[in-house]
Amino acid sequence: MSVPLTLLGLLERGPSHGYDLKRDYDAYFGQGRPLRYSQVYATLSRLARDGKAVAGPVEQEAGPERRRYIITSDGVADVERWLGEPVPPDPDLQSELFTKVVLALMLGKRADSYLDTQRAAHLQRMRELTSFKQRGSTLDVLLADHALYRLEADLRWIDHTAARLDQLARAVRS
Amino acid sequence: MTSIEKNAVTGNIIEARSLSLSFGSTPALRGASLAVRRGEIVAVMGPSGSGKSTLLHCLAGILVPGEGEVWFGGQRLDSLSDDRRSALRRMRFGSVFQSGQLVPELTAEENVALPLLLSGTRRGPAMAAARRWFPVLGLDGLERRRSGELSGGQAQRVALARGLVAEPEVLFADEPTGALDSVSGELVMDLLTAAVRERGTTVVLVTHDARVAAYADREVVVRDGKVGTLTGSQP
Repeated sequence: MSVPLTLLGLLERGPSHGYDLKRDYDAYFGQGRPLRYSQVYATLSRLARDGKAVAGPVEQEAGPERRRYIITSDGVADVERWLGEPVPPDPDLQSELFTKVVLALMLGKRADSYLDTQRAAHLQRMRELTSFKQRGSTLDVLLADHALYRLEADLRWIDHTAARLDQLARAVRS
Repeated sequence: MTSIEKNAVTGNIIEARSLSLSFGSTPALRGASLAVRRGEIVAVMGPSGSGKSTLLHCLAGILVPGEGEVWFGGQRLDSLSDDRRSALRRMRFGSVFQSGQLVPELTAEENVALPLLLSGTRRGPAMAAARRWFPVLGLDGLERRRSGELSGGQAQRVALARGLVAEPEVLFADEPTGALDSVSGELVMDLLTAAVRERGTTVVLVTHDARVAAYADREVVVRDGKVGTLTGSQP
């Protein structure tokens, strides 16, 4: 995910301090991997250098010095373009799973037991995500659903493959 | 140790032991075994025609296996007479299926009260017990509607209330969300799991949908009439 464009998008809501941007980024998109303050301020400096945002005057009240950042029209255009672009579908998704199945078949090993083990691991993760959803906020539900649907797609592939193992084994050994 | 003692020790409320059953010359179960602990939610998965619904019907006492044994609470179920098995099903089991299970001539609350009425509970107490389920399942205000006036999700929640109204020890659910869209299905599963966990009801849930199975404590897979346990599932 693009951190600069995400911060720029948050900035489009209105002028913000780096502290507030980091807090909102972590809350909505961090998922246990919060941004470092140094990363936030370095990104804001680069955005300002590239004309995507401007830094306001230094504000100093009781605490440390703070600057409010404001998005520019160039920055708004970048965010709009980014939001409209599709994310490239990842053709390498689950390639390790695919590789293990094909290799197992080539070597005459038990691809079915591997698929069962993988299936159980996927279902265990789906159970954890379902439990997380039942306790979570609307955003947690949205995020967990995304992961659940991807895992479900893998499971369909696993079931479909498991049902055709004999045919696949003949194909890879010929 | 007798089988009754063995069941008590293991804490299994219901158990299938080496069940085999054929329909004509077509085998549906070939030595299927499954033990479910009290209060557990178990998802039974498997490809179409694998025997998972047949297994559920044997556990629920609807079908009698050709070979093998079904035990419930230390009692052998498959050797009971039809009448005693039917009585046990009414009193101690609940069920919810995919769709089309409400009686169209009855109101929603009458549908929910049906298991109690069939067991001889007087109409007043039966209807009162049925109405208590409407707020629990988000069905307030729908008590007097008939099934044709309910959405698919509402009808399925009414069916769920009917499955639970007699406070069964085991709920058998066969594709309970199979006819619903994903949002309605999720609501039914959220409500089902919350209700049964609060009451300690055991659930045997047949589904082909991994998202539904993910509500269970563990999954088993039926293939070619036999039950396999997935590696990594919590026993």
